[in-house]
Amino acid sequence: MLSPESLKKIDREIAKYPPDQKQSASMGALRIAQEEKGWLASETIEFVAEYLGMPAIAVYEVASFYNMYDLAPVGAKKISVCTNLPCALSGGVHAADYIKKKLGIDFNETTADGQFTLKEGECMGACGDAPVLLVNNHRMCSWMTEEKIDQLLADLKK
Amino acid sequence: MTSQGIILSGLDGDRTWRLADYVKRGGYDALRKIIAEKIPADQIISEVKKSALRGRGGAGFPTGLKWSFMPRAFPGAKYIACNSDEGEPGTFKDRDILRYNPHSVIEGMVIAGYAMGCERGYNYIHGEIFETYERFEEALQEAREAGLLGNNILGSDFSFDLFAHHGYGAYICGEETALLESIEGKKGQPRFKPPFPASFGLYGKPTTINNTETFASIPYIIREGGDAFLALGKPNNGGTKLFSVSGHVNKPGNYEIPLGTPFSTLLEMAGGVRGGRKLKAVIPGGSSAPVLPASVMMDCTMDYDSISKGGSMLGSGAVIVMDETTCMVKALERLSYFYFEESCGQCTPCREGTGWLYRVVHRIENGLGRPDDLDLLNSVTANIMGRTICALGDAASMPVQSFVKHFGDEFAFHIEHKKCLVPKDVQHEGSKIYVA
Repeated sequence: MLSPESLKKIDREIAKYPPDQKQSASMGALRIAQEEKGWLASETIEFVAEYLGMPAIAVYEVASFYNMYDLAPVGAKKISVCTNLPCALSGGVHAADYIKKKLGIDFNETTADGQFTLKEGECMGACGDAPVLLVNNHRMCSWMTEEKIDQLLADLKK
Repeated sequence: MTSQGIILSGLDGDRTWRLADYVKRGGYDALRKIIAEKIPADQIISEVKKSALRGRGGAGFPTGLKWSFMPRAFPGAKYIACNSDEGEPGTFKDRDILRYNPHSVIEGMVIAGYAMGCERGYNYIHGEIFETYERFEEALQEAREAGLLGNNILGSDFSFDLFAHHGYGAYICGEETALLESIEGKKGQPRFKPPFPASFGLYGKPTTINNTETFASIPYIIREGGDAFLALGKPNNGGTKLFSVSGHVNKPGNYEIPLGTPFSTLLEMAGGVRGGRKLKAVIPGGSSAPVLPASVMMDCTMDYDSISKGGSMLGSGAVIVMDETTCMVKALERLSYFYFEESCGQCTPCREGTGWLYRVVHRIENGLGRPDDLDLLNSVTANIMGRTICALGDAASMPVQSFVKHFGDEFAFHIEHKKCLVPKDVQHEGSKIYVA
């Protein structure tokens, strides 16, 4: 269900915790599973649960609580823009508006070609770099002026 | 990044984070000294007490005192946890510590483990900074390979291992018991206290949780002595502190300065108010801290006691600067949305109350405010505060109370005239993308 590479990564997560506390690896395992699958379908969550010896509902609780897990399909590139107050004072809303215009979508929408999903993010802990956005949860892009957004979107389309 | 202090000084961004660079800066000398001289745990804790180091995550609790709560004689597992779940709007200091000086946190945690008789620690890293998490993992690997982590550290009979736990997007996990729940692989919902983590923490074992910056301060205190650290700041407010300055300033970023430095000096270091405009308000300690009008703020010095006297909190040291182009109703609306979004839903007053706060501020901002809305806001906050398991409810209420208290005129104007006191185009211009 998950690739051998993903399972190896999950095993590394499991090794961080006491042997009788495998469930601690559920967050890491879900992240790794989502990286491989793009989003977390029910069967992916069930597989992770079985792998960790946990009830599926317990893993689902984790997946539905933390907001970087996607429980529905998203575009190939998920862009989350922070619009919280410190970012908003420094162009966060402008950056989000510009991306909306360029992609022709609003927050929580995906472009017709399935390439991009746009999300409104909460504080990413990088307010000094505003405007800040995340690509697929893991890549942080700082000081996103219109020119840099143009460049980023062009690169991501390749 | 500017430093007159001990954590960010002598760094060169991405080029000096590795173990070898840290050792050149005197890194791991404190740990070597402890091991070589077999310094007793009590002596380490009393040195930390002497330093007057106070928790850098927001609460400002004396670190040495916290460490003394750990039942060292308790048989079995005990844990150290580092709170790097930095998601309080305005705060971005721990990210810089972790990516530019990760070994200072590792050394601080190893020393804490030694002082409190723990063999294992976890660093809980904020979900949105994955690249920083990966770097910290690399630093951990370096430390393990150098015998600074793991079994028999530096050839002694002291063993301690440390692991990174990556969050995945939940502000509430910055609350220490929610953080523990999250390490246990559960929803991050705060626990009822007591029992406190020092008696019932991670996996039900005694646990001490400190902030990233707190741990990063420890090596200096052991190396140079608690008195030296205390002398960097002012009495009861030992040391230097990182301040994250964001919003309407010319040079947003982290500034490490002695506690007790005048706010006006910090503002000057951050390049002053953007475009030479007039300062309107400052949130001095992260979004949960009460906002202060410019006139009050300009008289404050940056330390726990002065900011508290001014009517707010030093909190995490996140300074959000707002100039005259800011609409205070709109600013509060965005913060209120954040707390509504991030309430974990466990306690009814917070789960329902944060929704009320957001919806009422939202309608005022959008010209649908009612004459008794300000009373309503005050009543909702009064019914949240002190009635929840954790501090998120208070954190959501304090901005509302303080914005209404200090900028009530603006709220009243919105309600009466169905529009903002600050013209929309002025607001728009004032908050556009800015590159220094």
